Amino acid sequence: MRNPRRIWFALIVGVGLVTAACAKHAPQTTLKPEGPVGRKIDSLFHLTFWIAAGVFVLVEFGIVYLVWRYRHRDDRPEPVQVHGNTRLEITWTVLPAVLLMFVAVPTFRAIFQLAEAPKDPIRVTVTGHQFWWQYDYTDLGITTANEVHMPTGRNIEFTVKSDDVIHSFWIPRLSGKHDAEPGRVARISMKADKPGVYLGQCAEFCGLSHANMRLRAFAQTPADFDKWVSDQKAMPTQPPTGTTAGDGFALFQVKGCAGCHTVNGISTGMVGPNLTHVYSRSAFAGDTFDMTPDNLRMWLHNPPGVKPGSKMPNLGLSSNEITNLVAYLQTLK
Amino acid sequence: MAAVATFDRPAPRRLFRRPTHPTGLWDWFTTIDHKKIGLLYLGTAFVFFVVGGLEALVIRLQLGGPNGHVVDANTYNQIFTMHGTTMIFLVVMPLSAGLANYLVPLMIGARDVAFPRLNAFGYWVFVIGGLFMYSSFLFGHAPNGGWFGYAPNTEKAFNPAHNIDFWVFGLQILGIASLTGAINLIVTIINMRAPGMSLMRMPIFVWMTFIAQFLLLFAIPVITVALFELMFDRLFGANFFNIQAGADPLLWQHLFWIFGHPEVYILILPAMGVVSEVLPVFTRRPLFGYPVMVFSGIAIAFMGWGVWAHHMFATGLGPVAKSAFALSTMFIAVPTGVKIFNWMATMAGGKIRVKAPFLFAVGFVTMFTIGGLSGVTHAIVPADTQQTDTYYIVAHFHYVLFGGSIFGLFAGAYYWWPKFTGKMLSDRLGKWHFWLMLIGFNLTFGPFHILGLQGMPRRIYRYPSGRGWDFWNLMATVGSFIIAFSVLLFIINAVKSRKGANVAEDPWDARTLEWSIPNPPPEYNFAEVPIVTARDEVWHRKYGEDEQGRPVPRSVPDVPSEPARLEVSGNGERELDVEEQPEEEVREPTAHDLHIHMPTPSYYPLLAAIGLPIIAYGLMYKAWYVAVIGALVTLASVYGWALEPSTEPEEPEEIAEAGPAPEPEPQAELEPAPESAAEPAPTGS
Repeated sequence: MRNPRRIWFALIVGVGLVTAACAKHAPQTTLKPEGPVGRKIDSLFHLTFWIAAGVFVLVEFGIVYLVWRYRHRDDRPEPVQVHGNTRLEITWTVLPAVLLMFVAVPTFRAIFQLAEAPKDPIRVTVTGHQFWWQYDYTDLGITTANEVHMPTGRNIEFTVKSDDVIHSFWIPRLSGKHDAEPGRVARISMKADKPGVYLGQCAEFCGLSHANMRLRAFAQTPADFDKWVSDQKAMPTQPPTGTTAGDGFALFQVKGCAGCHTVNGISTGMVGPNLTHVYSRSAFAGDTFDMTPDNLRMWLHNPPGVKPGSKMPNLGLSSNEITNLVAYLQTLK
Repeated sequence: MAAVATFDRPAPRRLFRRPTHPTGLWDWFTTIDHKKIGLLYLGTAFVFFVVGGLEALVIRLQLGGPNGHVVDANTYNQIFTMHGTTMIFLVVMPLSAGLANYLVPLMIGARDVAFPRLNAFGYWVFVIGGLFMYSSFLFGHAPNGGWFGYAPNTEKAFNPAHNIDFWVFGLQILGIASLTGAINLIVTIINMRAPGMSLMRMPIFVWMTFIAQFLLLFAIPVITVALFELMFDRLFGANFFNIQAGADPLLWQHLFWIFGHPEVYILILPAMGVVSEVLPVFTRRPLFGYPVMVFSGIAIAFMGWGVWAHHMFATGLGPVAKSAFALSTMFIAVPTGVKIFNWMATMAGGKIRVKAPFLFAVGFVTMFTIGGLSGVTHAIVPADTQQTDTYYIVAHFHYVLFGGSIFGLFAGAYYWWPKFTGKMLSDRLGKWHFWLMLIGFNLTFGPFHILGLQGMPRRIYRYPSGRGWDFWNLMATVGSFIIAFSVLLFIINAVKSRKGANVAEDPWDARTLEWSIPNPPPEYNFAEVPIVTARDEVWHRKYGEDEQGRPVPRSVPDVPSEPARLEVSGNGERELDVEEQPEEEVREPTAHDLHIHMPTPSYYPLLAAIGLPIIAYGLMYKAWYVAVIGALVTLASVYGWALEPSTEPEEPEEIAEAGPAPEPEPQAELEPAPESAAEPAPTGS
């Protein structure tokens, strides 16, 4: 051991770096779970992690020690040619197996507990599309996209589907992920204890904009959630003709937007997200752009240009047309 | 069946003369010598390693910071797909095949593999398949569906251009190479071991290779089925994976992972074999627990078939299936852990020379342990629903495949370099390579554990700021360049070694048969077929043991000989009279001098291989006549190959050149002696 002081220094710097990096704002982390599902998963992981860490220390430091202790020295005799030791073999076969049982039993319990149907849930069907998430609150009669709202303290049961390829629905701080598969229906439930915004993302490679298929989950107090629900249920008012927004409304139908997007009472297009209350959302395009007029302009100018593989084509809109359309969208609160 | 050389029959006329003693490039194109083929595999696979590494650097540059714009999404998807496909199919598998090709015959005391031309065919199919896949870049449509190619994303509806076709056809071509290699090595190991080499006296590298070939034999057909079905969907409008037509969205995944999980044991077992060879030599101890090491390898191979759905824990398997696969996945850690402990026990009490091969072998054990432990955490199903499809998984498999396989294969490179080339790699440069690679590797992949747990998914071409991922991604990018620099050191070391001094046959004071012959070995490997009396035969020839069990050098090497070999059916002695060479000839005896018939080179394997990508291009572009031409090329070559004997009778000119007429050996083979006195001749193919 050459220079203890140097080793201490390196250790302190190392630990400093790691903690510095850990103390970050990590909104999509699995390590700060909210809600019972997230916490159950996390506690199981911690159990396993610390057992693994123990094995790590024993094996790794063991190896380093052995290399140092048995290194070649001229005064050392030739080593005894040991071929094996049956008792040792049995020991280090059985002991790890026993250790694994300590991890296996809680694992099975958790698997079955997490498979149980939740009590009194809010039901949401989440459908993955290339490259955005659709949410249908089947009992409440609301359809929205990109952001999902839930009341705190209440189970929310997602029925996970896909319209095209395999996606994966994931809100790390609330729960593990579940794949969204075409032709198949899956159920996953979670609960948020505290209000907050929880970020998520598609976690199964689904094409060009897999990276751009994100989501936000808003956990709100029950009162706030009810207000949100009633706002979402409200029918949109048609903007008066002659205004910028009114011109935008006309363009919405003429330019084909209505063919892909639903605005309640106006259109029934099912290809793209429901836009009835689009301007009430904090972000759009798979949660990749904050909901601002400038971003909407940029989007309408050339959707595939800013989100590769976007199903929404470049409509060749003029700057004026974009102004009108954005004005219309801003009325869809 | 003896390849009887009938000297009175004239050589048959052929359109193109069969090469008998080719030189230069033509030698490499027509060689059927397992050693040359092994070097071809190793060299080609190393080139692909550099290419795959460059692809990794592009990935790291793109992801070094948030909102990267080094490449666009389309390019990124091709790069990460090819990085994975390359490293698995064009690097680790052929590196293992190359080592196996070169070393297995030497280690079992054979002169070549069972089917030398099939061996060459396997190599040419590999390199041509790899080139075919990479030709996709020229068309601007490299595979882009990930190395795992999940349907329906890879169906024509979602991926209309030819990217996936290159992947589908390329992998099928490569699969042919793997299958022929597997059959060849299995037959060789079963049939061609030297007298006295029972299965439990084989070097452990041969065992691990043997087991891996069985895994290949059964796993490759599964992915072939999946690829066939995808090909039929894409080319002919079949509906295997068409959800609209009622297909199950999980079918591809099940098929792929039933292949994919045994595949990872194919990737790791040979490298484990290397470690099991290197550690004993550099600790001067036999491998601790040899039988357990063999049986744990077999156990891993069997259990590996029962864990595949752990890749699918987030797909909705149901709690019973999840529990079953969680259990099997946890328990496959037991035989794996046993190996780690046996390696540690080999070191404990040893006398360790810390040279480059040893460092890389220890690197394997330490890094693979980390990968194995993170693997156990994946078995915890609820935790895995957080981990799967994140960088935590990327960390795990790089620790086992890079920290494991690649480090192990580098240990093999430094260890067997003198055997392959007759020169040593610089140990000083090797140590620099090791330490830089170790540091760079851990700096790159260690943080991936953190990134995954902080919610960073896989296979994304960019990530936004504000997720807390920026710092560790930057560190990983720095680490990747350190790895690249360390590989550069290896290349420099390899090039420099050509100027080094020649080394004698056993520079490491090793234990196994390949170290009993010159560096590099002559064409025929062994002048005399070795007789094996123990495991670690070469060590036992050099060392006896005192009462404590410590090795004591023998004054006279204990080389077993077999007097019976000299008496063969009354047709005169068959003594190998090397000493009776004319005085002037200090050169190493050739096969001809020793009356050893080696199989003759052939161009048919290369020709047959060339037909395959032609078929693929034809099918892909729906140019049916092109596909037919390719099929005819392959068929005609196989036909010619089948009709040509494995060993040609010598040309009259060569007989005259060589001097006195050779002994009428064919007579000897007609009356086999009780002991297997006949050389284990390569069976004709």
